[in-house]
Amino acid sequence: MLAALIFLPLLGAAITWLIPYDRLRPKILSLFALAHMGVTIRLLAVTPPDSPEKWIHLDPLGKIVLLSTSTLFLMCSLYSIGYLYYRQERSNRVLCVGLLVCLSAASLVTISHHLGLMWVALETTTISMAPLIYFNRNARSIEATWKYLLICSVGVALALIGLYFLAYATIVARVEPSLLLDDLMRDAGKLSSGWVHAAFVFLLVGFGTKMGLAPLHTWKPDAYGEAPGLVGALLSGGLVNLAFLALLRVYQICLATKEIHFFQNALIAMGLISMLFAAVFMARQADFKRMLAYSSVEHVGIMAVALGLGGKAIFGAIFHILANGLTKGVLFLSSGNIHRSYNSKSTDHVKGALRRLPWSGGLFLAGFIAITGSPPFAPFISEFTIVSSAFIQGRTLVGALFLISLAIIFIGMALTVLPLVMGEASENSEATSYRDTVGTVGPPLVLLLLVFVLGVWIPAPLMTLLRDAAALLEVRP
Amino acid sequence: MVSLADQLLVLVLLINFISLGTSRLIFSIRAVAVQGVILGILPGLIHPFSWHLIGITAGIIAAKGFIIPLLLNRAVRSAEIKREEEPFLGYVSTLLLGAVFTALSFGFAGKLPLLPEHQNYLFVPASIATLMSGFLILTTRRKVISQVIGYLVLENGIFIFGLLLADAMPIMVEAGALLDLLVGTFVMGIVINHISREFSSLDTSRLTSLKEE
Repeated sequence: MLAALIFLPLLGAAITWLIPYDRLRPKILSLFALAHMGVTIRLLAVTPPDSPEKWIHLDPLGKIVLLSTSTLFLMCSLYSIGYLYYRQERSNRVLCVGLLVCLSAASLVTISHHLGLMWVALETTTISMAPLIYFNRNARSIEATWKYLLICSVGVALALIGLYFLAYATIVARVEPSLLLDDLMRDAGKLSSGWVHAAFVFLLVGFGTKMGLAPLHTWKPDAYGEAPGLVGALLSGGLVNLAFLALLRVYQICLATKEIHFFQNALIAMGLISMLFAAVFMARQADFKRMLAYSSVEHVGIMAVALGLGGKAIFGAIFHILANGLTKGVLFLSSGNIHRSYNSKSTDHVKGALRRLPWSGGLFLAGFIAITGSPPFAPFISEFTIVSSAFIQGRTLVGALFLISLAIIFIGMALTVLPLVMGEASENSEATSYRDTVGTVGPPLVLLLLVFVLGVWIPAPLMTLLRDAAALLEVRP
Repeated sequence: MVSLADQLLVLVLLINFISLGTSRLIFSIRAVAVQGVILGILPGLIHPFSWHLIGITAGIIAAKGFIIPLLLNRAVRSAEIKREEEPFLGYVSTLLLGAVFTALSFGFAGKLPLLPEHQNYLFVPASIATLMSGFLILTTRRKVISQVIGYLVLENGIFIFGLLLADAMPIMVEAGALLDLLVGTFVMGIVINHISREFSSLDTSRLTSLKEE
């Protein structure tokens, strides 16, 4: 079953590569995404045995990231059927193949317990996404692709040297040299602290770059702004979570070394800086897709702060993986529709979307309400858990800065979103052939419903899974 | 055998300075190719013979010594540029900075808690110095190809450190990392072609249409 998770999408990639029909490819993409979802659900219900040397092991943390990625991917691939209907002017072969290869690598990240293997899979997701950012084939998108590819490759390379330092720490400590998560956690107490600290710094910088934590986020607004909506959804709701999972693995090792405070403080600092950066740049943003990118910087910041706080906030961080991933799907897919309809992403041209596109405009508005942490949507629960945990722990300053940034971001985002959705339609906006259809509105609608349901009721099996995952990240005496 | 490895590492350090100091892209690519071949030979000098070793040696020499330089050369030829022009920082300053970084990395490596058997060799300082040189090239050059060269030098520095970890890195992971590097460079080569077609130049300072107003 675990093998199917990796090889099914690869088979799909081979098939989509071979068939010459642009109209057929998104359907095959959706078929394989559906099969992947089926395998995922089955794996969540019945946990398969580990591979002999424990390289492959699906633990609760991996399960949550896998569930969130697979759900988002399924919705994005269903959306692609409707979306690519409007983009028939160019071949979608590279897009479909890249998506499936990325899905395969993403699944490998969630199930690998060997840090080297996880690194290889993570780097594969980076590379396979690069051609997709360049889907629009213009000067702006090539610039975005270049920045994304170079900055993320260098970042992930720095994470590799962090892993090497960790492995060298095991050699210096004269324990069995290994990069297996379980071995590292078992021997963590004996590792030399100098090497371990150096390793943590490089891993934080490396995976932080891939995740887009400020000040390492410079590629993010460009890449998210220029990529098609569905690619943006997968970058901000999928790849971000994979990099976060990598950080969670580092966190697990940190917990075992008992030197967690150093790492926790670094996470809180970077998280708060990300939120403040987002708050500053969110206001008066003239491009609504770039605004979503800063929202993504904000939310990786939230997750980093939660991880740094520890305690109850860990539950919030893990729930936020699902909440943020699915909500970002709603926002990026509906913003893709608005972009298609107006043929512009500038807030000067796009106004009154609710009148022109009642469904997409409404979804964008609802997504905005959800992502800024308003009840009754899922991000409210995670953000509330994190803030209350900060105050319970007596970290008043962290909690206050967190709340202030959330408030500024809410206002900044509202100043962009409200005129865009509700304002008076401007006279000179371009007319296009785009109309809301079931194909382009259905998937974000389903995602929004999921975000809503998770906000009011978490099913019991999911709750158990979340608690089990949080237990893996708790400080043990 | 290990003293030979040290001499080769000195050569690696010299090659860093060549790529830091030259403006001719083809020459720089060739220098990095030689560096790649040296890195391919190194594992054979410090680890006992095994088929795993043969595979890795062949893979590294093929990828770093031939395939990647070939991809870059093709990109240079199709873009019809020969030289790095007006780097953000002059060649003399980058060379001096490179020398300072190399000296610092020797000092830094002396302070690290190394295994006694690794203490007298150049692996760690060479690794850090190469990493820093790569970073320097990445940040001071304008042309995209120079930036890819910087990235490759940086990867080479990481790779030298990896030589100390024979047992911890299984062959599958090493091969995977090498494959990622190869595909990554391939994709970068394609992107370079598109940049030169779109901007009719490979100057990254022209890549400025995306920024905050």
